[in-house]
Amino acid sequence: MKGVVRITGRACPLGLANVDTDMIIAADHLKTTVRTGLGAHAFAALKGKGTAIDDVAYAGAPILIAGANFGCGSSREHAVWAMMDRGIAAVIAPGYSDIFAGNAFKNGLVAVELPQAAVDALMVGAPDADITIDLETMTVTRGNLSFDFTLDPFRRQCLMEGLDEIAIALREDAAIGDYESHAPTLGWSMGRAFTG
Amino acid sequence: MTARTLYEKIWDAHVVARQGDGTCLIYIDRHLVHEVTSPQAFEGLRAAGRRVRRPDLTLAVADHNVPTTRRTDANGDRLPVADPASAAQLAALDANARAFGVRYIPDGAVAQGIVHVVGPEQGFTLPGTTVVCGDSHTAAHGALGALAFGIGTSEVEHVLATQTLRLAPSKTMEVRVDGALGFGVSAKDLILAIIGRIGAAGGNGHVIEYRGEAIRALGMEGRLTIANMSIEAGARSGLIAPDETTFAYLKGRPMAPAGDDWDRAVAWWRTLATDDGARFDKSVTIDAATIAPTVTWGTSPEDTAPIDGVVPDPDSFADPAKRVAAAQSLAYMGLAPGTPLRDVAIEHVFIGSCTNSRIEDLRAAAAVIGQRRVHGGIKQALVVPGSGLVKRQAEAEGLDRIFTDAGFEWREPGCSMCLAMNPDKVPPGERCASTSNRNFMGRQGPGARTHLLSPAMAAAAAIEGRLADVRELIA
Ligand code: SF4
Repeated sequence: MKGVVRITGRACPLGLANVDTDMIIAADHLKTTVRTGLGAHAFAALKGKGTAIDDVAYAGAPILIAGANFGCGSSREHAVWAMMDRGIAAVIAPGYSDIFAGNAFKNGLVAVELPQAAVDALMVGAPDADITIDLETMTVTRGNLSFDFTLDPFRRQCLMEGLDEIAIALREDAAIGDYESHAPTLGWSMGRAFTG
Repeated sequence: MTARTLYEKIWDAHVVARQGDGTCLIYIDRHLVHEVTSPQAFEGLRAAGRRVRRPDLTLAVADHNVPTTRRTDANGDRLPVADPASAAQLAALDANARAFGVRYIPDGAVAQGIVHVVGPEQGFTLPGTTVVCGDSHTAAHGALGALAFGIGTSEVEHVLATQTLRLAPSKTMEVRVDGALGFGVSAKDLILAIIGRIGAAGGNGHVIEYRGEAIRALGMEGRLTIANMSIEAGARSGLIAPDETTFAYLKGRPMAPAGDDWDRAVAWWRTLATDDGARFDKSVTIDAATIAPTVTWGTSPEDTAPIDGVVPDPDSFADPAKRVAAAQSLAYMGLAPGTPLRDVAIEHVFIGSCTNSRIEDLRAAAAVIGQRRVHGGIKQALVVPGSGLVKRQAEAEGLDRIFTDAGFEWREPGCSMCLAMNPDKVPPGERCASTSNRNFMGRQGPGARTHLLSPAMAAAAAIEGRLADVRELIA
């Protein structure tokens, strides 16, 4: 994963609350075998409903602004993959479902939590103004608007250094090897699965 | 040493490293992999140039997408899978399993079946192990005293690469079932009643240990049914302490320890049971004798009622949110409050899924059917064994003939109508008596109406063409 310190660009002002994983990516797409290519189907359920998703001014915008409880519904990681494939690198919302926030983090999608009032301020007049999300200073700025946010220290470090959790766990390689040498469940031999 | 629960003993035995924030790096002993949640994990390994750390502790088998109709032609050659997306996922699992060298039961092998049936059946799942799979019903393996839970695709990749997961410990909950189950009442009725009692969120944040006389009396198949549905009670895992029933079930299984290894393993397994005086964060006690054959009436697994009961009135619930949910459920299910459950006519019967597709389940259903026939109002009645080995055993006992003579279809193993990812679906607005584990809206197909029940109760429903009390058919 690449580290991210700063994300600058347009922000699509979707604003909607309770955007669920079905709206982000429909269940029909769960049969894919890759993480890529889902971007074309992202937010299909919201298209033609008069939201900012349809607005060409935000095509390719790296930031999405949404309402409370973003990403509720199922645990499918496809929702995060679809957003990232669409070019979204960060979301700003007043809150996320726990599972979505975990999935976003695991895939390097930055999920910034700001109070509703700050989100509302950013929703207004956004088409041509760039927003900057800075993980170093933990601020979201647009022109003379600036808001502070907080981030779990472990997640912040992972995002900034581009460390995925696997890379971090692999730092414990010696400890894993040591565990394997005396693991209670690895002390006996295992036969082969019957495949006849 | 302080008294510990079974969960705490397994957790303590698997800590690789303690992180500063209270989480631990936990070693994973057994990883089951299927075609739906693994392709992106293998893709991630490839992109990062990583290998599978322990291909020998990983077992891949396809189940969700496989069609359950005949799979080979007259020459024994594999028939193509019609849906191209399903075919691609199946091909990806085959290619990945071979490329990364993980243990693999190929499509077409007799041992192929639903991951949660295959793991215990092969002796891959063992007491005291940690077991994960990219599927929420992994909790099933807890029936053997394994700490087992479902994970997402990124975690699948994490386990493939590191054989560990970074986890926070769960709270513990005891569900104690005293006494004995009544006539015609099975493990499925018991777990449905437990979920009805504690609610679909009753186990949130906890690992449940099922204990007590009624649990000890269950065979391994019944225990697997109980542990399987822990997730429907909101728990991440369910556990049952390993005992003589467990050891007898495992002895001689292909991947279980043998010889001296077996004796050493059993000696360790005997130390795992919860110590006297160990504390649970939460405790529930249930009297087995109060449980009747149970069915669901709504779209949450907590929406249960005894078969001699009626569809409840949403206004009868104290919780306003539950009132709204119940009203929505009844609208979706097309049911009026006060309707006796035994008057609810059904069009489909599904006997299968990782909850109820083992040999004991098929025996129980066949025993109810006997010489009887499926009711004329039933459009489709499926029996889908959980694995090729279950199918072979059932055929050796002549159970397939009982089912087919009665008018059931006898299928090839797979997830089938449990989640409608393969061609087996319930059409919109039609009603299915199903031995699976989820009655969510659209689970068995868009608009499908699901009533969860036991295999014996499903057989009774097939004969009567409506939800029926199995006790009246076997009296
Ligand atoms: S049978 Fe159903 S619940 Fe079980 S693994 Fe398959 S899809 Fe999941």
